[in-house]
Amino acid sequence: MTHSEPVVSVRDLRKTYGSFTALDGVTFDIERGETFALLGPNGAGKSTTIEILEGYRDRSGGEAAVLGVDPGRGGLDWKARLGIVLQSSGESGAVTVREQLSHFASFYPNPRTVDEVIAAVGLESKQKTLIRNLSGGQRRRVDVALGVIGRPELLFLDEPTTGFDPEARHRFWDLIRKLKAEGTTILLTTHYLDEAAQLGDRAGVIAGGRLIDIGAIDEIGGTEARTPIVRWIEGGTREQRTTEPGTFIASLQDRLGLEVPGLEIIRPSLEDVYLGMVGTTLVSEDAS
Amino acid sequence: MRTLALGSRRVGYEVRQYFRQGDTVFFTFLFPLVMLTIFSTAFSETSFGIDDDGNDVSAAAFYLPAMLAAGVLLSGLQNMAVDIAVEKGDGTLKRLAGSPLPVFSYFIGKIGQVLVTGTLQAAAILLLAGVVFGVRLPDDPATWFTFAWVFLLGVVTSAILGIALSGLPRSGKSATAVIIPITLVLQFISGVYLSFTQLPDWLQNVASVFPLKWMAQGMRAVFLPDGYSTLEQGGTWDLPGVALVTAIWLVVGLVAARFTFRWIRKDS
Repeated sequence: MTHSEPVVSVRDLRKTYGSFTALDGVTFDIERGETFALLGPNGAGKSTTIEILEGYRDRSGGEAAVLGVDPGRGGLDWKARLGIVLQSSGESGAVTVREQLSHFASFYPNPRTVDEVIAAVGLESKQKTLIRNLSGGQRRRVDVALGVIGRPELLFLDEPTTGFDPEARHRFWDLIRKLKAEGTTILLTTHYLDEAAQLGDRAGVIAGGRLIDIGAIDEIGGTEARTPIVRWIEGGTREQRTTEPGTFIASLQDRLGLEVPGLEIIRPSLEDVYLGMVGTTLVSEDAS
Repeated sequence: MRTLALGSRRVGYEVRQYFRQGDTVFFTFLFPLVMLTIFSTAFSETSFGIDDDGNDVSAAAFYLPAMLAAGVLLSGLQNMAVDIAVEKGDGTLKRLAGSPLPVFSYFIGKIGQVLVTGTLQAAAILLLAGVVFGVRLPDDPATWFTFAWVFLLGVVTSAILGIALSGLPRSGKSATAVIIPITLVLQFISGVYLSFTQLPDWLQNVASVFPLKWMAQGMRAVFLPDGYSTLEQGGTWDLPGVALVTAIWLVVGLVAARFTFRWIRKDS
């Protein structure tokens, strides 16, 4: 395999359930070592895409290659190179954290050590606790630990931090950065746009089964959506998008005095950009 | 090789989980012990016939083979079918499907779990009958050899049929509701709780299609006095019949399991 070959390659991916079209021609690549965030509202097709790439679902059309293999035909050797953190898990969990991790480690040819992984997800004090006695957020950390125990080349993270408290989320981000530094390729879906902004190199926005935008995290949505907004109060709240906020504020000051009431300059976050994009798509779909 | 090594690791993992789940321990492991205690105590004054030397056959001695057969069915078929259906429902199998664990290792683990727990259960039943209820156990090796093959063939067949039936419940939550009535009806018509020879002929014939009747008959051949064989259908213990019918069900189970088992229901 050459370094130029993408780790994930998707061309015109389609998935239909009866008359319902879940994916309507999605195309993207993920390069080696890259963290790619797949964003979109519930039911947009994120999980369908990720589950096709994990080999859990069959596609209805198009092409997909994961580590150079058709995910519909991946064997055990192929699975040994993947790490999968599913969106939900509800196992009875009559084993301890440590037992579960060392058991799963034995499936893989070159696993990480159990101690290393337990420390990375911050479960040192819970390693001898039965998984069924853990809180939701702690169980989620076990899911993540099981996803990385096999030292995967490609890690799928389907809404990994749902149910985490802010501190756990920051620890998780540190863990993902460490995996990135070791060269792991990551496909992430998330509802938290700050998470995508923190971790992602590139993002794709999916809505209604179509990829409506794709690009570097700080470029997605186009320059228009990222133009700063100046907000002030002048007989009610007013807003103005401008590429030259300084000049614009000077003109406001000429009219309203040095201290312009309610003055703010807003540089749209990924979340603002995303909501702008998905919002218009949803509105146009509701109308149809 | 790797498949076998992982399979043996799975056995330890499965057995550990089994004994940490209170409900499975009660309904599959302890249940025949509880039933044997109830029958032996409730009918302690009743004679269940005379043995070849002219002694009374106690309730405990009479129910011992039935409870061993019930244990084989519960530890094998019921436990396996419910266990796998629940694992399908709660995401255990989905996680394993995404890992490089061979399907075959998973099955080795499951069948190994049934063998270990079934053997411990049979030992506990024999101990309870022998020590607490004073049942005289066989003392010649040939009889124990018969016990060994009836038991092993029964446990493995039962486990494989359990794997095949695990696809029947549509969800993990409905697993016990779907599986337990099947095993309960089988136990009633196959001479586990009711004396088989007192059932009407047509019901005996229906039961003879299924393996439990034969496993129970094999156990009776081991533990009841030889004179009791005249009460069986056909008037003999018919051990070749026990071997044949159980083995046929083993093959049926293997084929069904091979064609029905899936890690996950794709596109559900």
